[in-house]
Amino acid sequence: MLIVLAGVAGWPLFRTVFFSFTDATLATLDGFQGVGLDNYLWLMRDPVWWRAVWNTLVFTVVSVGIETALGLGIALILNAHLPGRGLLRAAVLIPWAIPTVVSAQMWGWMFHDLYGVVNAILMGLGLIAEPRAWTADPDLALPVVIAVDVWKSTPFMALLILAALQMLPRDLYEAARVDGVHPVTVFFRITLPLIRPALMVAVLFRTLDALRVFDLMYVLTGNSRSTMSMSVYARQYLIDFQDVGYGSAAATVLVLVLAVATVLAVTFGRVRVDAGR
Amino acid sequence: MARRCALLMAGMLTAASALPAAGATVTLACSGLGISFDLCRDGAQEWARRSGNEVRFVSPPKGASEQLALYQQLLAAGSPDIDVFQIDVVWPGILGNYFIDLKDRAGPDVVRQHLPAMIEAATVKGRLVAMPWFADAGVLYARKDLLGAHGRPVPQTWEELQDTAAMIQRAERAAGRDRMWGYVWQGRAYEGLTVNALEWIASRNGGTIVAPDGAITIDNPRAAEALAMARGWVGSISPPGVLNYMEEEARGVFQSGNAVFMRNWPYAWTLVNAADSAVGGRVAVVPLPKGGPDGRHTSTLGGQLLAVSKFSAHADEAADLALHLTGLAEQKRRAIHGASNPTIPALYEDAEVVAANPFFAELAESIANAVNRPAQATGMRYNQVSAEFYANVHEVLTGRQDAKAMLPDLKEALVRISRGGRW
Repeated sequence: MLIVLAGVAGWPLFRTVFFSFTDATLATLDGFQGVGLDNYLWLMRDPVWWRAVWNTLVFTVVSVGIETALGLGIALILNAHLPGRGLLRAAVLIPWAIPTVVSAQMWGWMFHDLYGVVNAILMGLGLIAEPRAWTADPDLALPVVIAVDVWKSTPFMALLILAALQMLPRDLYEAARVDGVHPVTVFFRITLPLIRPALMVAVLFRTLDALRVFDLMYVLTGNSRSTMSMSVYARQYLIDFQDVGYGSAAATVLVLVLAVATVLAVTFGRVRVDAGR
Repeated sequence: MARRCALLMAGMLTAASALPAAGATVTLACSGLGISFDLCRDGAQEWARRSGNEVRFVSPPKGASEQLALYQQLLAAGSPDIDVFQIDVVWPGILGNYFIDLKDRAGPDVVRQHLPAMIEAATVKGRLVAMPWFADAGVLYARKDLLGAHGRPVPQTWEELQDTAAMIQRAERAAGRDRMWGYVWQGRAYEGLTVNALEWIASRNGGTIVAPDGAITIDNPRAAEALAMARGWVGSISPPGVLNYMEEEARGVFQSGNAVFMRNWPYAWTLVNAADSAVGGRVAVVPLPKGGPDGRHTSTLGGQLLAVSKFSAHADEAADLALHLTGLAEQKRRAIHGASNPTIPALYEDAEVVAANPFFAELAESIANAVNRPAQATGMRYNQVSAEFYANVHEVLTGRQDAKAMLPDLKEALVRISRGGRW
């Protein structure tokens, strides 16, 4: 098991970290020199990188926050005994089932400034006076990317939370009902504490996913700096500029950020990544 | 060359026996899908039949940057897997060291047939590392019918285009076509914006970002003027969404009848005149405008070249294939059957070619006056230069930055990228 892990995860990671201390390019993958921390120093001095870091953090905090709130709401609704619950559950999953690249392209057309259905609906409702260029306007582009992510990932959140809700013991609720406790109090005093471990795992998963986000930005707005995430930045240096050393440094920092986020979550959120309760 | 003579002789001997098969298998990576792949395949198979060799085709990835990254790794590893590469006109500086010099194999007469700018783009440090295969140049698509209805001539300068576009846009909207825009182009932060912005700047004689000798020339008042002018279009004659348009988005707006002018490559000609187009038959193609009265009609040169790997096990056959595909006869066939734009100016006056593509007459001027992106001078770092340029231009177009204030910063960034102008 460890050997397999080392092979599929350890080795590429090691290579990336190794290259980040060299001046390797795609053309000199075996004729490079060590440059120490140079790549990292240049990275720290690049305002474009810091902007990418900022974009990524904003994207992560806002999208995961909204997804958690919405997912919780949807899960509670699905958990109620509604007719056609199974069908509803399947329907909710559709956005999650579509590959991100496809849904990003789809949303790209829907947000089109002249033909987009989004503009048509908002104009029809009288919410905006003239069509907006959703993906071109630097003030709107990041919110649009966040909105698409919310649409896509909320179902994932909802399902994880729903699974936790269905594990809850019924008799607790019976007792609360007999004692005449207000439903809101029931939610905050019984439901939330009980599903907290599952919720934290879901939030952690989404956070790690959001920090590495690449495809949404790349499809919707390309290499535009107003939405560039850390992954887009790293890819641009690795592929477009063939600067393997520098791109690896950016990728390594991204891995470090992920590791730090995980450690923080596990320590302070007391997330149990191991089995059950 | 010797083999070609031998083949001709053999052909003339009318021998009953088949040609002695030389029998090398040459691998060719031609990108492109659909018609462009068919064109490539037919031409290569024709060569295989004539020379008695075989051709194998490999399909590279679709995206240009992924292609380039793959080729870099293949070639850096010294792989003989691919003999002939189709490369973009801005790649010789990046990949040139891995390709053989075709200058002597082609011979001065053949080299002279091609567009000088194309040959210049394919020449790295005096070596001709690729042969021009087909050309591309930005052109202006104009709605003839609208110009006629509003009594306006084809615009000769950007200022005129601005006036005409604004006037027709106003009049058309007043007549109830409220989706009408004056001018659509490519404003997304990608290579296409570099291409567009270079056209605005070069047409005002504002240089080409980096001069051929490596000097960084972008910080000049003409460039600032050009960018400030384009900034003024966004939201007035161009839809605000133009800042996220690539070629196809611009074509979508123009082809549905919602724009007076469009900047695009020649490929759009066939499509805007197709049966399902709302503007078929009502479109003219003209050279891009000049920047002011003392400017010039120019455009950014695009296109593709064929290069032969120096790791090829059959360099002679591979070079022969590259020269066949880029030769006059084959370029003529491609122009007639696939509207591919020749890199040989004489073909734009060829009766059969012009009969098949009437608009080539308009195109000839744009292609002849096209300027190269600074891919030569910047070599390995071209993509980085271009990305820095289009990102900063995009900031100006969105109004985040003032053109005059941005250019010194851009110059600084380019000095950094070039390690002090040494590239």
